[in-house]
Amino acid sequence: MSYITKSPWVIHYDGSSCNGCDIEVLACLTPLYDLERFGIVNTGNPKHADVFLITGGINEQSRAVVKNTYDQMPDPKVVVAVGICAATGGVFRECYNIMGGVNEVIPVDVYVPGCAARPESIIDGVVRALGILEEKRAKMAENGGDKK
Amino acid sequence: MSNRIVVPFGPQHPVLPEPIHLDLVLEDERVVEAIPTIGYIHRGLEKLVEKRDFKDYVLIAERICGICSFTHSVTYCNAIEQIMGIEVPPRAQFIRTIWMEYSRMHSHLLWLGLTADAMGFENLFMNAWRLREEILDDMEATTGGRVIQGSSKVGGIRLDIPDEKLGEMVDHLKAIRPRLEESNRIFTHDQTVRHRMRGLGVLTKEEAWDLGAVGPVARGSGCDMDVRSSGYSAYGELGFKPITLPHGDCLDRCLVRSQEVLAAVDLVERAVAKMPDGPIEEKVKGNPDGECFAFTEQPRGECMHYVKANGTKNLVRHRVRTPTLTNIPPLVKMLAGIELADVPVVVLTIDPCIGCAER
Amino acid sequence: MIVQKHTIIEIPVTELLKKTEEYHAKGHRLVQIGCTPLGDRYEINYTFTTSYDFESLRLTVHDDDIIPSISDTYWGAFIYENELHDLFGFTVTGMNVDFKGHLFETSVPTPFKNMPSVTIVPKGGDKK
Ligand code: SF4
Repeated sequence: MSYITKSPWVIHYDGSSCNGCDIEVLACLTPLYDLERFGIVNTGNPKHADVFLITGGINEQSRAVVKNTYDQMPDPKVVVAVGICAATGGVFRECYNIMGGVNEVIPVDVYVPGCAARPESIIDGVVRALGILEEKRAKMAENGGDKK
Repeated sequence: MSNRIVVPFGPQHPVLPEPIHLDLVLEDERVVEAIPTIGYIHRGLEKLVEKRDFKDYVLIAERICGICSFTHSVTYCNAIEQIMGIEVPPRAQFIRTIWMEYSRMHSHLLWLGLTADAMGFENLFMNAWRLREEILDDMEATTGGRVIQGSSKVGGIRLDIPDEKLGEMVDHLKAIRPRLEESNRIFTHDQTVRHRMRGLGVLTKEEAWDLGAVGPVARGSGCDMDVRSSGYSAYGELGFKPITLPHGDCLDRCLVRSQEVLAAVDLVERAVAKMPDGPIEEKVKGNPDGECFAFTEQPRGECMHYVKANGTKNLVRHRVRTPTLTNIPPLVKMLAGIELADVPVVVLTIDPCIGCAER
Repeated sequence: MIVQKHTIIEIPVTELLKKTEEYHAKGHRLVQIGCTPLGDRYEINYTFTTSYDFESLRLTVHDDDIIPSISDTYWGAFIYENELHDLFGFTVTGMNVDFKGHLFETSVPTPFKNMPSVTIVPKGGDKK
């Protein structure tokens, strides 16, 4: 993956998931899958992050947090929705407290399927997101560093 | 006079991926009082029984939490089966027990890893998670899912484990057993671990009982309380004995879990040795009518599913009382009097699972 | 199949505190408090145990009934009582830790509350 010029940093937020996808995201960071071999670092600070990983659907309380985190991230940025819940609300779609998938609140670049999403597909999703990140970066450079 | 300040802890938790929030009232560095707030991932899934068929609802019950997933689906099935008087075939009961013990191993190893991480013991963290992957491999080979299995259903199980595979599973467990023992030895004897956890966040036996602590929190305080002793599924035939430790501090809660991983290996071996032949499911006819409280022992402790049905295909009420919810009052007690820097470790020792607690 | 034993005892709200104190004195632990909405009324189950045989006290209550808190006897009961308040809309008096409706914040207030019954009033002047 010669096109990754920088080491992308990832921030993970749990919308209202059942934990299934969360632990799979965590499992990606451990010896067997080891996301860090791509130079990817997990951070807790949105201002440091390039990739936003979200698991779980959006509920009343997480809505503002997700929006806020997204706004704080510097451009260019990509959003990866992990799991069916993050895509549409999944099995919880009809719950009174669930508003739907992540795209209700912020634009999503990559959807990772699965319930729970498998670590392999999460890694695949992140690597694809890096491609999109690179495109966005190139576009920004064309426009002299501005968005669009 | 010392000043009192309130420090918010969370919701973006430093050690857990899930949001939990605590307001810590501090006097200098010491915690005087802790007030928990949950509700960040409340979904309201208990209400979904009104929209789903009681048989399909097993899949939602499983998704209450992605770590105790299989035990949740079994508890729900137990409740429905008791109401409808369904006799689950013994082979199904044994295989359920094997999967439940596998999820216990994976949950405890996950937790041991997180605890090591909270102490700053990176090596142990990686080691525990690598062992966990080996457990998950067998889980995936037999059910098709790593963390969400979907292999239990009302009346039995969806898929059988062939006898050759059972043999392979036992061989695999035999092969990783020395490594599990090694990790248990590190947790028991390592200086760093003892230093961080011995005597920290003490909960006496009386307090644990009175505040309603369950699972490893209660057993780490010397309460002999494990629903598996009541013999649901196949536990009655496996000669199950709970593990209890007397000190009630963080280290004992940790060691209960670490020893339970080894006990789970034993239980699986015994279950495979005694595995009966026969069908794996019982036909379900009609709809449930009545009510039932079903209890099981999840990795985190005693879990209750209450089901009330009125003879239609939708249930009237499904209530889940998960172990994390009852372990919150004991946590509040443990936090009083400790130092701020120890808060993450103490919070972790109840093994909080917020997805469960808020449903 | 192992059937877990569960005895249910129906009591009026006024006896709740006395009964829970009795259980406490006998050394029972509080397992849970759970509520079931039944259309026109609610059932609240207080479950206690000393071993693996469970006993439940059952109250039958209606909307807007006031429920006394048992948190004086069982300190940990506050978590369930706040749940009763947040999800079912009951007033629980005398809780030791009162979250004032912030334990569960939901998009719909008190989602488990029974639907108000609707009586259709014939429109005035409909008479022939
Ligand atoms: S997609 Fe499935 S595993 Fe992932 S959070 Fe949703 S219910 Fe859980």
